[in-house]
Amino acid sequence: MIKHIVKAYDDELKALHALIGYMGELTLSQINNAIKSIMAFDVALAQELITRDREVNLLETKVDELAVRILALRQPVAYDLRTVVASLKISNQVERIADYAVNIAKFTLALKDLPSFPEIKELPILIKMPEQMFESALIAFETSDLNLALTVWHMDQEVDVYYKAYLQKIFEAMIDDPKNVGAYTQLLFAAKNIERIGDQSQNIAEAVYTMITGKPFQESDIAKNVSQI
Amino acid sequence: MPFKIDVKNLSLFYGDKQALFKVSLGLPKLQTTALIGPSGCGKSSFLRCLNRMNDSVPNIHIDGKVLLDGKDIYAPSVDVVELRSHVGMIFQKPNPFPRSIYENVAYGPRIHKLFKNKSALDEIVQTSLTRAGLWEEIKDRLHQPATRLSGGQQQRLCIARAIAVSPEVILMDEPSSALDPIATAKIEELIDELREKFTIVIVTHNLQQAARVSQKTAFFHSGHIVEVGETGELFTMPKDERTQGYITGRYG
Repeated sequence: MIKHIVKAYDDELKALHALIGYMGELTLSQINNAIKSIMAFDVALAQELITRDREVNLLETKVDELAVRILALRQPVAYDLRTVVASLKISNQVERIADYAVNIAKFTLALKDLPSFPEIKELPILIKMPEQMFESALIAFETSDLNLALTVWHMDQEVDVYYKAYLQKIFEAMIDDPKNVGAYTQLLFAAKNIERIGDQSQNIAEAVYTMITGKPFQESDIAKNVSQI
Repeated sequence: MPFKIDVKNLSLFYGDKQALFKVSLGLPKLQTTALIGPSGCGKSSFLRCLNRMNDSVPNIHIDGKVLLDGKDIYAPSVDVVELRSHVGMIFQKPNPFPRSIYENVAYGPRIHKLFKNKSALDEIVQTSLTRAGLWEEIKDRLHQPATRLSGGQQQRLCIARAIAVSPEVILMDEPSSALDPIATAKIEELIDELREKFTIVIVTHNLQQAARVSQKTAFFHSGHIVEVGETGELFTMPKDERTQGYITGRYG
């Protein structure tokens, strides 16, 4: 896209992208550490990432401040306005995703004194797709890639399939091994948080869709071929 | 939505130089239409065609049609003075006559003989000043020179003077570019109120002003209309790359 006549305006929009990019990287590492911590019952790692969540919250505040500053000083319109509005939404969604990582870490703390369960080994598989959705949604925002945003949006259906299959296994384990039902419940909560990462990534994809097309997101439009949008 | 003014294939030449190229634009009744675009794009030339203000420019040539309620204002039978009582104009710099406030507003009704007696004229003056949002501020000094008013008050006086002859359309050429933000806000509020009775066309370089006051916006470039549409849509989702570039400040 052609640059603004006022260079500082371009710099501010770049800074907004950079903040969200950094917030995304940090959150991805939080998700990885959350899964590692629950797999290895690593309490220290869990506590470290819980503390680190403050950094993500601080970045969200910085995005808010910069976006409000751009709105007040530059009065953006058209694509610029949509970018600023999308940034505000996306930073909020990323912050929520970071909260899910914290929640998973908290289940590590709850599970630490219990024996390992086979079902825990499935969590790294379960997280793969939501994590990929999140990463791709951030790339779609950074590169204004409509096709990638739509791909992310569709991936959530698969996440739901995996999530339901995992729930089924947990329920069966609960029936077979009722004395550990408390621990299995923690796994249920962890799985739910992983599934929510997929939902929030889908929301990011929707924000990117509106940013690029200028249209409010509607599922009926998504069913159409991308080239028709 | 019926068009109060419907411009069809309007071309304007200053001597050999063509300023407008077959421009067509409908101006909806009782709405404000904003004309935006870079300097020299033809938006003011276009505005001045709507009440034949360009007629006095030497070597000018105009093709196409400007229909006011379906009647061509460039038809030979049209009385230009009468036309301008229907289509008034507000300029960039407030230009009150060097007379009293009262006389400024009474001038138009006098030359067009729009009243029967003094009290009827008083009523026109009061109504016009009230509609222009100026009455409360100046009702006790109606016979003082208009030039003593502030810039913003002078511009509202010019609006009162324009509406005193009961026009149907008001053309505004950068009406608040010489005013401070408070006076500008008063003019913008006034434009919104005037829309109940008048069709308004405004040329402005202030894009935020165009976004705030108008319902329809046309983007001019090099004598052509690049894009025209509902104002909210044009400023959030312009269709043409050139409109996007201009309104976001990426024009170059």
